[in-house]
Amino acid sequence: MSQVMVDVRGVHKSFGALKVLRGVDLTVRAGEVTALLGPSGSGKSTLLRVINHLEKVNRGWISIDGELIGYRRSGDRLYELRERDILRQRTHIGFVFQHFHLFPHLTVLDNVVEAPVAALRRPRKEAVATAERLLARVGLADKAGAYPRQLSGGQQQRVAIARALAIEPKVLLFDEPTSALDPELVGEVLDVIKDLARSGTTMIIVTHEIGFAREVADTVAFLDGGVVVEQGPPGAVLDAPRHERTRAFLSKVL
Amino acid sequence: MGLTTDPAPLDTGGTDLAPRKEADPGDLAALRVVPTRHYGRWAAALAVLVLTAQFAHGLVTNPVWEWEVFRAYVLSETIVSAVGLTLQLTAYATVLGFALGTVLAFMRLSRNPVLQTVAWAYIWIFRSIPMIVQLVFWFNLSALYERLGLGIPFGPVFWSVDSNDLIGTIGAALIGLSLHQAAYAAEIVRGGVISVDHGQLEAAAALGIPRLRQIRRIVLPQAMRAILPTAGNEIIGLLKGTSVVYVMAIGELFYQVQVIYGRNGHVIPLLMVATAWYVFLTSVLSVAQYYVERRFARGANRTPPPTPLQRARDALARLRAGAADTAPATPRGGTA
Repeated sequence: MSQVMVDVRGVHKSFGALKVLRGVDLTVRAGEVTALLGPSGSGKSTLLRVINHLEKVNRGWISIDGELIGYRRSGDRLYELRERDILRQRTHIGFVFQHFHLFPHLTVLDNVVEAPVAALRRPRKEAVATAERLLARVGLADKAGAYPRQLSGGQQQRVAIARALAIEPKVLLFDEPTSALDPELVGEVLDVIKDLARSGTTMIIVTHEIGFAREVADTVAFLDGGVVVEQGPPGAVLDAPRHERTRAFLSKVL
Repeated sequence: MGLTTDPAPLDTGGTDLAPRKEADPGDLAALRVVPTRHYGRWAAALAVLVLTAQFAHGLVTNPVWEWEVFRAYVLSETIVSAVGLTLQLTAYATVLGFALGTVLAFMRLSRNPVLQTVAWAYIWIFRSIPMIVQLVFWFNLSALYERLGLGIPFGPVFWSVDSNDLIGTIGAALIGLSLHQAAYAAEIVRGGVISVDHGQLEAAAALGIPRLRQIRRIVLPQAMRAILPTAGNEIIGLLKGTSVVYVMAIGELFYQVQVIYGRNGHVIPLLMVATAWYVFLTSVLSVAQYYVERRFARGANRTPPPTPLQRARDALARLRAGAADTAPATPRGGTA
């Protein structure tokens, strides 16, 4: 079996009195694709956001490729990392947002070039070459000079994927990547993600597209009430769920 | 139907006894469309034009304006160099005011409660003091602090200098204008920054872009869209606000104009000299603002609207094409 890439252990997260995550455990191995399913409010997006430390956990810990996220261990203490170090850790984690969050004042090319130059200190020339290759990979080589608002939603999300790939992350996180898209644009984005899955990119995908999860995921994890209720290969979880809550959810969305 | 002169084509009211054919769309397409006539609009326009003409006539014929005095002074050396000083005060106070204002804005937005409070208090104080009061304060700084020095806080002083030597009158005016402007600039910049979608910062943070670069490259350029219209107002306000420093006997435009009419008594034409310059400079700033705003609007629209120059060029090209064409041009998209 391949090595563990993402390890989430006993993670709790509250917003004020609202407990969103109540002890989540999740393991993702290198090259594996994990789909996170669950009803809205079950904590899927929050789990994704704590993995790259956009939210701080209240309890538990997360490691990527063996490196603790957000903290440094010394003896029996955990020291909170400074922002600079957290930003460096985030360059190992690509994040694709539901609403793309492309930089609207920069061209498509500059959107993709920005992080390699600013965060990884790559020479601009090299970053541009990489960006052009990545844009070609998502089928948008001809849009390099356009601004994000001149693109369709599906094209914008593909640029966002290229932007996340540009920092050469060890793992890619997708937060409902197709939920903000018109139905006829969903396919083009899913195709890009499928292509990434085939090439062995480690990914965690929050999605409502059950058919897509079945096709692309190695593991499906079902979240409800802030815990992972059930986890396993898509065939098992989706077709023969053991847990009542999983069955109830699937009967509603299938 | 009181105002239309032609009867509406579909009007079936009335006492017409002859049987009418049902109007079908094919018939309607052949009918001539009579646009509504806006009599009220014409009357209002006429009234305003008459009033304007009256005013223009007065400007030309009333001897009190003394246009020959205006002409003698408007480009005179004294006035032009006074305009230069006005521009310098405006430029320096804009740069210093907005630089300090940006720092204050980020202090107020920071998570550090000390910085937040200090920035808030600064803005509160400097918005509370009328500019003229503040200017006179700075003018009299030496009464408050005779010497300014560098040293250890509450400890020994290594180096010090006479306040008047260090600052001087123009320096005092510049400090007053800049500190005053900074309080307003801080709020304008803060308004621009909080108008940027939070997702932008999150995306930048998720990509690991360093904090300062997030602000400079991602947040500020987008904030500029919201900052610029108000900042334009402020800079124009400052340009005219520099006239207040006449109380410190600094030879900017308004002070010089007063000196001259105090000597020769031609008050009205010299006030017009100042007015003409302020209007001219404001116009230049307004045009500059238009183009700066346009630059920061890149990516905000799918297709940026043409500039007035481009529009004029297009209109000219269309006119030429129309003249070359013998057939009358048909409007695109049919009748409105």
